[in-house]
Amino acid sequence: MKNQTKAKINKGFYSSLKISSYICCGIALTALVGVILFVMIRGTGHISLQLLFGDPKDGDTILPAFLGTLRLVAVSILLAVPLGIFTAVFLVEYMRGKGKLVRLIRLTVETLAAIPSIVYGLFGYLVFVVALSWGYSMWGGGITLAVMILPTIVRSTEESLLSVPDSYREGALALGASKVRTIFKVTLPSASSGIVTSVVLAVGRVVSESAVLILTVGMVVNKIPAALTEPGTSLALDIYYFANFGKPDEAAATAVVLLLFVLALNLLAALCGKLIRKKYGDNA
Amino acid sequence: MKEFDTELGISVTGCNLWYGELQALKNIDMEIAEREITAFIGPSGCGKSTFLKTLNRMNDLVENCRIEGRFIIGGVDIYAKDTDVNLLRKNVGMVFQKPNPFPMSVYDNIAFAPRTFGIKKRSELDEIVEKSLRRASIWDDLKDRLKKSALGLSGGQQQRLCIARALAAEPKILLMDEPTSALDPISTGKIEDLMSELKTELTIVIVTHNMQQATRIADKTAFFYLGELIEYAETETLFTTPKDRRTENYITGRFG
Repeated sequence: MKNQTKAKINKGFYSSLKISSYICCGIALTALVGVILFVMIRGTGHISLQLLFGDPKDGDTILPAFLGTLRLVAVSILLAVPLGIFTAVFLVEYMRGKGKLVRLIRLTVETLAAIPSIVYGLFGYLVFVVALSWGYSMWGGGITLAVMILPTIVRSTEESLLSVPDSYREGALALGASKVRTIFKVTLPSASSGIVTSVVLAVGRVVSESAVLILTVGMVVNKIPAALTEPGTSLALDIYYFANFGKPDEAAATAVVLLLFVLALNLLAALCGKLIRKKYGDNA
Repeated sequence: MKEFDTELGISVTGCNLWYGELQALKNIDMEIAEREITAFIGPSGCGKSTFLKTLNRMNDLVENCRIEGRFIIGGVDIYAKDTDVNLLRKNVGMVFQKPNPFPMSVYDNIAFAPRTFGIKKRSELDEIVEKSLRRASIWDDLKDRLKKSALGLSGGQQQRLCIARALAAEPKILLMDEPTSALDPISTGKIEDLMSELKTELTIVIVTHNMQQATRIADKTAFFYLGELIEYAETETLFTTPKDRRTENYITGRFG
């Protein structure tokens, strides 16, 4: 009798857990979908040809921001990805993830990954804008962003390399392959889907960053920079600019463009991942 | 560096090996004849796999591993300073306990070693791939799946693929570390048949936990116990009239 009551209470407890998990999921989903829907509804109507591709002389346009974003992505990724991957290869394949130096590097990397981006912005400002007196420039912004995403790329590449079974490395070495060949022909390709994912996440961070850019590339909207040494803008910066200068409609329209940009990026990442898995037959 | 000579077997004298403070191999002397199958048996942790791995220097990868002794393979002192470890491993192939095909196509798996040693021409590679798969008697199973991922194969197919991959390097000696312990009886049978075919061209050294397997395929058998080579003789002699008490206890199943 007593046991039955207990079972009943338990049953009630578990079903209330179940219901609350449904409710929480519902709230979270509403919030997320709500943001997307709100931005879409608020902004889509204000997207115009002038805003997208117009001549800066004829009025507000985000063409400079679009090009600026692409340039910042290119600079930061081209710098940070090779640097990050080689650092991770050194840590995992040559130091075997052990030793004082590795612990020191790992501590540094983890600390850097947790720092708010405005600190990176300040660093970029003090080094590139002030100390090197480059002034505001796309280079300064790109390099600062590269420093910002480097820890994430190192960490996730490290994780991907660590998850490659040692039997692959042994197999390659036992066939007479050198260590370098083993790393580049077997270990890195086996880790590639994880590495690609981390790179795409890094691109996402670059695209959505604004604090760093305000302090490093300046916020010169409506002007296509002639070179990487000039100041410029990005999509995220344009949203900040429009919202700050009493143009909420343009801000919303730019947000829609940024949203679609990130969506396209994620689809691209999924596609890359799928192709890589197909190529290497990774069923996981 | 001297070329490896096929007509010579393996000669080991005074082999001692330590993992840190622990001595895993004690004073092993052994002559392994060419074009024969030699089986290493013994309970877990007796040093048989460790000894196998000294023969292609895979123990180099283990930290704090110290090795003493003279290891002559095909007339070459394999621990000499000027020995090219990569060339040694090309000549002394290895098949592991767990099939370890690379996550790439069947073709690329087989072509890995030839490519490592500089063969780039497609026609040449095609030829090596087909020949290696045929030597591992798996060509008929895989000829239509060369471009498919090797990870999609069954365990037995994967292991024969790994044998083919090792054969593609044209080794003179093949070391096999419990190659069938992860496989079902039918796949095991196929791999045993394959070994008997291969010994006409190769020297095969196999570590096995399965004493029946040793009696089925091995010409000579060595019994290891606690890091020592206790007894080494013709397989039939070792299993019918063992000289050492410990060998007798082990093969009659009194311990292990």
